[in-house]
Amino acid sequence: MKSDELDALAEARQRANTIPLADINVCDLELWRNDTKLAYFDRLRREDPVHLHPPEHHRNGAFWSVTRFNDIVAVDTDHETFSSEPAITLDDPMEDFELPMFIAMDPPRHDLQRKIVQPIVSPSNLSTLEPLIRRRIETTLDELPIGETFDWVDRVSVELTAQMLATLFDFPFEDRRKLTFWSDAATAEPDSGMWDVERFDEQFAAVMTDCLTYFTGLWNERVNTEPKGDLISMLAHGEATRHMDPQEYLGNLILLIVGGNDTTRNTMSGSVLALHQNPDQHAKLVAAPSLIPSMVSETIRWQTPLAYMRRTATRDVELGGKSIRKGDKVAMWYLSGNRDETVIEHPNSFIVDRPRARHHMAFGFGIHRCLGNRLAELQLKILWEEILNRFPEINVVGLERVPSAFVNGYKTMHVEIPRRL
Amino acid sequence: MVKITFIEHSGVEHHVEEKPGLSVMEIAVKHSIPGIDADCGGACACATCHVYVDPAWMERVGGCGNLEESMLGFADTVAPTSRLGCQIQLTGQLDGLVVRLPKAQH
Ligand code: HEM
Ligand code: FES
Repeated sequence: MKSDELDALAEARQRANTIPLADINVCDLELWRNDTKLAYFDRLRREDPVHLHPPEHHRNGAFWSVTRFNDIVAVDTDHETFSSEPAITLDDPMEDFELPMFIAMDPPRHDLQRKIVQPIVSPSNLSTLEPLIRRRIETTLDELPIGETFDWVDRVSVELTAQMLATLFDFPFEDRRKLTFWSDAATAEPDSGMWDVERFDEQFAAVMTDCLTYFTGLWNERVNTEPKGDLISMLAHGEATRHMDPQEYLGNLILLIVGGNDTTRNTMSGSVLALHQNPDQHAKLVAAPSLIPSMVSETIRWQTPLAYMRRTATRDVELGGKSIRKGDKVAMWYLSGNRDETVIEHPNSFIVDRPRARHHMAFGFGIHRCLGNRLAELQLKILWEEILNRFPEINVVGLERVPSAFVNGYKTMHVEIPRRL
Repeated sequence: MVKITFIEHSGVEHHVEEKPGLSVMEIAVKHSIPGIDADCGGACACATCHVYVDPAWMERVGGCGNLEESMLGFADTVAPTSRLGCQIQLTGQLDGLVVRLPKAQH
């Protein structure tokens, strides 16, 4: 780390440890922009692991922060008490533009819809996809400039995830960056700079309607041709989905677009940063590429690209000695749980051969556990196999973080690859 | 001590002895049996400890709990003999249990 970053961190820790607990606002975007949020989560885990934030801390009102690993597991596995409806972020759905998606549904509707899209990530489908994923990754890496600075986020992370989604949907390849745009739009906070804050609702609805129109075109094309293995064809021909109403079809597409996009993208960027900051771990990996799967799990933990998921209490319930009331919003901070020293040894270290590296909570737990986790791991694994085949090092020269308390990631990451192997 | 046999998808058998009281998943992890991931560490929350109970043992092992059944519903290649290894405790009653492992934990 550079010395000015270290100064900022020291100052943040100082502040995090001294301000009144009631003033800690983990949704303050400044903490995410300058990457000082972990200091505040450390304090909450220590002193008030089930913490109530006042209404001023979020535009949608009061909420609880659950920050310890085991408390998060307890919430995540009790889906009857902690519902995923009406939303899994602290923002409630817009009244006049609802996007129903199964991530934000409870059983039985959740289970039925999840089972329909599940075959796209079955082990057999993933092995079918693997050669294509590898070929595309090889091409993308071979086109990277050597000895000059470029944005890894744009040239690699965004590119590869857009390609992947285009493959899953059999989406017109040349239009694949539309998928990136829709994903960004679906998750950008009103004050993130992407929108005119005053006209957020209107602008958001307009972008989503474009997305809807595009995908309706693809649906109409697939419904009239023989069933194929892509996701849209599966939905258009599936017994339980072919009568889905358009808004629900789109809700679920957005779910897959966001699910498969921001998350994997930011893990790809995060892996480069983590290995750059930890040269000893990079050396270990180069010496033993069989550590790649373990390094991938470790990166997913270390990055935790989705910082939290929200639940809503369906009844009054006690958690960690606090009384949560029916209707209260509860944020499960996976990012914090993954740094819980009582469950994970040396949680702030990045260790490519960590024992039991898969034991992290970045994919959530319980019935909503990430559907795409194996696909994400596969992409990351192939990416690093091909990087190690080509580049002895990738140096990060600068980065900018996404101003969001939900998507924990990078807007840009400037890197330089000094030479090829 | 109680005995348990794990049979990998490839047919390789592992015969293990343990003190009673651990779960099938915990025994597999402790003895590094390949094919059990146990991502959630036994909270019935990840379904990566999926095993098939030998039909002869089904009755003694018993049925799934509610959450277990939901979690199994999202696993791949589920059969009527499927259980989550973290939810079966190896007691004296199950001495000699035989479980098979799926091709992949998914
Ligand atoms: C490193 C990459 C990824 C991370 C960290 C991640 C994280 C998560 C998390 C935390 C959840 C739980 C939601 C909840 O409990 O409310 C989730 C659900 C989900 N993810 Fe992922 N995800 C990743 C990659 C992917 C990919 C590649 C896809 C799609 C191809 C995907 C699709 C989904 C879907 C559809 C759900 C909803 C599951 C349900 O509600 O049953 N994810 N993901
Ligand atoms: S270890 Fe996670 S469900 Fe058994």
